[in-house]
Amino acid sequence: MTDNQLTDNKLTNIAAVELLASCQQLKNDGYHIMQICAVRTTGGYELTYSFGLDYAMVNLRMIISTDEEVMSISSIFSPAFLYENEIRELFGVQIQRINVDYKGNLYRIAVKTPFKD
Amino acid sequence: MSVRSIVPFGPQHPVLPEPIHLDLVLEDERVVEAIPSIGFIHRGLEKLVEKKDFVEYVYVAERVCGICSFMHGMGYCEAIEHTMGIEVPERAKYLRTIWSEMSRIHSHMMWLGLLADGFGFESLFMESWRMREKILDMFEYSTGGRVIFSVNKIGGQRKDMPDDMIADFVGILDGMEKEIRSLSHTFLNDYAVKSRLEGVGFLTKQQAHDLGAVGPFMRASGIALDTRKTGYAAYAHLEFEPIISTVGDSYARTDVRIREIFQSIDLIRQAAAKIPAGDVAVPFKGNPTGEYLMRVEQPRGEAIYYVKGNGTKNLDRFRLRTPTFANIPGLVETLKGCQLADVPILILTIDPCISCTER
Repeated sequence: MTDNQLTDNKLTNIAAVELLASCQQLKNDGYHIMQICAVRTTGGYELTYSFGLDYAMVNLRMIISTDEEVMSISSIFSPAFLYENEIRELFGVQIQRINVDYKGNLYRIAVKTPFKD
Repeated sequence: MSVRSIVPFGPQHPVLPEPIHLDLVLEDERVVEAIPSIGFIHRGLEKLVEKKDFVEYVYVAERVCGICSFMHGMGYCEAIEHTMGIEVPERAKYLRTIWSEMSRIHSHMMWLGLLADGFGFESLFMESWRMREKILDMFEYSTGGRVIFSVNKIGGQRKDMPDDMIADFVGILDGMEKEIRSLSHTFLNDYAVKSRLEGVGFLTKQQAHDLGAVGPFMRASGIALDTRKTGYAAYAHLEFEPIISTVGDSYARTDVRIREIFQSIDLIRQAAAKIPAGDVAVPFKGNPTGEYLMRVEQPRGEAIYYVKGNGTKNLDRFRLRTPTFANIPGLVETLKGCQLADVPILILTIDPCISCTER
């Protein structure tokens, strides 16, 4: 795990296997989910999870390959289901076990995974 | 024994100017579960950042929503300005603050009208929108348009407001304040209004936190957070505290928004008294590199603007987390246990903006 700064907010780079443990730690510390942002990179995705407590914001970032599966954090932060369904439908990130799974029907869009390419 | 049924609500419904759908699981008339569904008009505006250069994209960002257009433009510009290290002139920061607070008054007055329309108080609806017209007139007078401003640009503002115009606006707001106080008396004390709002759709402080609620919806549950306190634009120079209620019902959400209107008028007065003379924009060179997360307090709550530059004129990514998107889990929670007849009012109390959500 390495640390650096994203703007005024703390950013921690993590490996995909560390995601759930890191989220559980933040949950225990009283944070709530603020957003999840996906960015397409060469050969994969960059996922940034943002959490808030009062005015503080901390971010977890992980780099994954295109075909890599990611576990949902909705079992820890229930509102994450919307962000995760959105990322799966727009980018095609393979997020598993979302607590409310729209199975590709969150957005009525004509093009499948339009943000992937 | 109660009868269990599923009632589809929306996407077309008299209280919904924009499409959102809910599958309501009922036991008799009581809601036991609600499953939200959005995405009927998703526009993919974030993807456009790959086609438009970062300067042009200001016009796209402003068009995410017709109500918060100014603040969307400002949020995007401030995010880019941070990545490029551009220091905006002080006067521009005050102008951004004044237009932002005018937008908040406009949005809250519009919401009050929609709420009154939702519970069938037509004269209250018309009065709210009549008063809101004065804000739209000020928009038109100062920017040339009632909705889309096109006054934000990276590095500052395209337009200035002369000092006598700002003074005139403060005078108009003084008159409006008296009228809105009279109007708010009806909203907060009328028997019919209270019977529709009081004790309906509770969201506790802990639920608001856990579900990531934002804005007046969150503050009405007792959380004293307001992103303006982080000091963007000229808010660091102004005196104010987050407006909260500890009750957490629909009445509390109405109360908080009404008091925020008076707070916005006060902030404009403060800004008008402190705005310095000088330029309203600075030139800049180059393209953005790096990334920034900009947080802005919109009328509906905190919006998060993420930009990631790569040194070219096109950004790698622009992402907007809108307040309505964040408030949907909280809305679903407030619906649990309510009567079917209260569902339209409860949806209105988060002040949903589907245009923002379907960016």
